[in-house]
Amino acid sequence: MFDFIIHISYLVASVLFIFGLKGLTHPRTAVRGNLLGACGMLLAVVVTLTDRHIVSYEYIILGLVVGGAIGAVLAMRIEMTSMPEMVALLNGFGGAASIFVAGAALIESSSLTDAPILQLTIATAASGLIGGVTFWGSLVAFGKLKGLISENAILFSGQQVINSILAVLVLGLSIGVVLNPESFSLYWLLVGVASVLGILLVLPIGGADMPVVVALLNSYSGLAAAATGFVLSNNVLIITGSLVGASGIILTHIMCKAMNRSLTNVLFGVMGPSGEGGPTADEVYGGKVKSASPEEVALLFEAARRVAIVPGYGMAVSQAQHPVASLAALLESRGTTVEYAIHPVAGRMPGHMNVLLAEADVPYESLKDMDEINQTIDQVDVALVIGANDVVNPLARTDPSSPLAGMPIIDVDKAKTVVVIKRSLSPGFAGIPNPLFALDNSLMLFGDGKKMVLDIIAALKDA
Amino acid sequence: MEMFLMSFTVFVLAIFVGFEVITKIPPTLHTPLMSGSNAISGITLVGAIVSTGTELWITTVLGFLSVVLATINVVGGFMVTNRMLAMFKKKS
Repeated sequence: MFDFIIHISYLVASVLFIFGLKGLTHPRTAVRGNLLGACGMLLAVVVTLTDRHIVSYEYIILGLVVGGAIGAVLAMRIEMTSMPEMVALLNGFGGAASIFVAGAALIESSSLTDAPILQLTIATAASGLIGGVTFWGSLVAFGKLKGLISENAILFSGQQVINSILAVLVLGLSIGVVLNPESFSLYWLLVGVASVLGILLVLPIGGADMPVVVALLNSYSGLAAAATGFVLSNNVLIITGSLVGASGIILTHIMCKAMNRSLTNVLFGVMGPSGEGGPTADEVYGGKVKSASPEEVALLFEAARRVAIVPGYGMAVSQAQHPVASLAALLESRGTTVEYAIHPVAGRMPGHMNVLLAEADVPYESLKDMDEINQTIDQVDVALVIGANDVVNPLARTDPSSPLAGMPIIDVDKAKTVVVIKRSLSPGFAGIPNPLFALDNSLMLFGDGKKMVLDIIAALKDA
Repeated sequence: MEMFLMSFTVFVLAIFVGFEVITKIPPTLHTPLMSGSNAISGITLVGAIVSTGTELWITTVLGFLSVVLATINVVGGFMVTNRMLAMFKKKS
């Protein structure tokens, strides 16, 4: 009877999770959706505590308290600019939890029955493998995002060979675990080798490719949970893990499409055509780049009727989201229409810019996708590019030999005037010059993003 | 085998449900989607709780570690998602 109630409750929890995700289809219903998900989780946890296999509660309660406290402090203290690190860390914890639960299940089943069933052993191997890759891969991603590890692609010779050997080793060990489930050391060896593989897979991936990696690891953490669901024959884990796995895969796909690169390209650090023989910085910029002062830019804004702001990772780095929002509010109070044009891979994770701007009280209706803004970009009087580079490089459209060739961009070059706030003419992640900066209708405003926007605001108020 | 087929059916169907629901989520909410999905993938917690409560000391240790990690995911994930979503406002 207890089992029946537990199973029904798990079903209700799964349905609540699905409704929770459905709530995220609109900002208006999203808060309620998240609460529904949390209720589902609470229900699942409470009924699990009645499970008749549980003989003592001390460590369960201790674990819940410790984990809950750490989670709550993290959630309350994290800066919105550091969201990618937080998500990377949570992905990793999900992976690690799966490793331990599957490990415990393997030990338990061997102690209880003569031979664990095949489903359990295969799923245990899968949990260990995916969990190991997810945990350590996420830690490396976290280190890169936090700046503890070089953000650049770390490449060394023979990388591909070593990874292939590790992959074969991991598969061999997985088969070993399935065939000899009673030798637990094989399982932990599998976890160990999968961990090394996770580290080596993420190390060669550069900073601007992080959105893809974070999304992919998100998917893995879901798949690890699903695999653990197969270990325990527990449907709520399988359903939830699949939902998260699907979500991560979809985001990964969106990110790859937005960079016009295949997943294998991103994972193995291949950048498309090398761009060798493309125009050099001197050829592109020589004598054609016009530098402007904040006062001149303020004059442009005064005359503008429609303004589009194009943020990139640089906006997050200089914490310029609040000044940017004040500038937009000031312009709107003078009757100018202001929109934000957001490229899918701007920032270090999917939706990074949107969260930063929401933090600065920008209403969500003003946040436009790339496709939407591109349709009417020729009617924009001033496009303000702040901290973005490759995602507005017109070479992506015009030069098939460029590393960016075919990547969808925000066509700011088609706006009537473009103002680019940037520290210098240094190239973006793709390492190529950006002809946008040398266009007749472009003005460069050299300096720190936050300071420049504040200067424009001051100039507008003085005028 | 029968049990595996049941589980596998659930797995495949859930992936389809996931695709249907998640493709409709707008790019604006992709970050909360990731943190929110982190929170629900903390469902591993239910497995962790049972392992912790058993008699074997080794599974209690492993279970305890996973209870801590999964609870960080659940509590941290739901709270930070809520904090983010509360910031998304309509034009006033």
